[in-house]
Amino acid sequence: MKRILGLLSLFFLLIFGVAGCQEKGAVTSKTTAPKNPEVILATTTSTVDTGLLDQLKPEFEQKTGYKLKIVAVGTGQALKMGEKGEADVLLTHAPKDEEALVAKGYVIDRQPVMHNDFILVGPKNDPAGVKSAKDLNEALKRIYEKKALFISRGDDSGTDKKEKSLWKTAGLNPKGQPWYKEAGVGMGACLQLASEKQGYSLTDRGTYLAYKGKIDLAIVREKDPGLINYYHVMLVNPQKYPKVNYEGAKKFAEFLLSPEVQKEIGEFKKNLYGQSLFIPDAQK
Amino acid sequence: MEFIWEGIKESIRLILTGDPELYQILHLTLNVSLTATLLAAIVGLPIGAFLGGKKFWGQKIILGIFNALLGLPPVVVGLWLTMFLWRSGPLGNLNLLYTPKAMILAQFCIALPEVIVFTAVAFSQISENFFRQVKALGANRYQQLYLLLKEVRLGLLAAVIAGFGAAISEVGASIMVGGNIYQETRVLTTSILLEVGRGNFGLAIGLSIILMLISFIVVGTLTYWQRKGY
Repeated sequence: MKRILGLLSLFFLLIFGVAGCQEKGAVTSKTTAPKNPEVILATTTSTVDTGLLDQLKPEFEQKTGYKLKIVAVGTGQALKMGEKGEADVLLTHAPKDEEALVAKGYVIDRQPVMHNDFILVGPKNDPAGVKSAKDLNEALKRIYEKKALFISRGDDSGTDKKEKSLWKTAGLNPKGQPWYKEAGVGMGACLQLASEKQGYSLTDRGTYLAYKGKIDLAIVREKDPGLINYYHVMLVNPQKYPKVNYEGAKKFAEFLLSPEVQKEIGEFKKNLYGQSLFIPDAQK
Repeated sequence: MEFIWEGIKESIRLILTGDPELYQILHLTLNVSLTATLLAAIVGLPIGAFLGGKKFWGQKIILGIFNALLGLPPVVVGLWLTMFLWRSGPLGNLNLLYTPKAMILAQFCIALPEVIVFTAVAFSQISENFFRQVKALGANRYQQLYLLLKEVRLGLLAAVIAGFGAAISEVGASIMVGGNIYQETRVLTTSILLEVGRGNFGLAIGLSIILMLISFIVVGTLTYWQRKGY
């Protein structure tokens, strides 16, 4: 019996010891915090996967005393969270859907933060002849007509929305075609899949650069008008959702758009890739 | 293949250099999973003991339900908890979403059926004659309880080990209710997922080796106690 008690108390000690440390840490970091210190940012996975927000988060918290909770869920879900008032501030890349949210009054103060670009990647020998097409619409048409394998994100993310709109602009509807596969995975996994199956895919340049050495795909189309990828920040309307941390959200938007942070965004990982992952848009 | 080698080197480097980010993640992983396991044990052991030890009407149905819950997919737990914990949800005022507490809650829900079912099995294996025998030998109530616990201790530890295993290896619910927030709700399983998304396969494999090590150490310690017959 003594032994059991000893064992139990040891177990408790271990766990509450661990839990205790955690609590203490939490208290000290909250000393300078404002009244409502928690700001929930719903955003696309690309801003987190590139490591940009991990770098900006501690700077924002130190400067303002707020605590930023970054929830990287993909643009579709992030916008939904804004629409339901589950987040305070959004950073997404789906201009049309964002404008719709603004029009319906769910979000306010939408402002451009930065942009980069999408690229079309595919097998190195480019079987559909996408490279030589006269424009983007023609390029997609060649893929469509040659029935070349195309891997779509299929997850309603910002990139997925972009890809769908490109097909639409080209006047094509590939959905349901046997060569058109909707994967339902993140950008990295999608590139991996496209590489294994040697298919075409639409990706943001940042993820492609991160994966470049690990996959067997080449850039087959870039710099076409229509391939620019705009990121906007917007605040969830506090008049619709009183629980929203409007002050904190505003502070974060101001932080993102401040000259120092804009400069930092422009230089993020430039040395590593030899080119900017994001081009700042606020100072115009 | 090279990624596996890179991963092994990465895990050794992370452990040897005392990488602060790794220790922070480890700390949170253990904190969340051990707390969830402890809570599941506190709630689950008595329920399991009752279900396994006593015969009553409906016992089989209740046990059947818990048996079915053993296969409860973590994403389902994650989805439902998220709905409840949303600001607009019934528990929104608790402000639990995207905190370690929400992750503890999720892992608790996943570990609880394991603890209950394993405990019930342990108790159901005690024969009817056991009490008659110890009573005949003149044991008082406390001695009876002691002897009973001694008899089922292996099964109870197995229940706790199973619960812990389910809790620490879980990723779907943790990422949904925790949000995988840097330095706050990022545990080993969710960081592995993130590093794969980032294309850092070496780091992901390194973290997976560390996760397996932690799991082995905790389960090994429990098994060691089990063997020693505490």
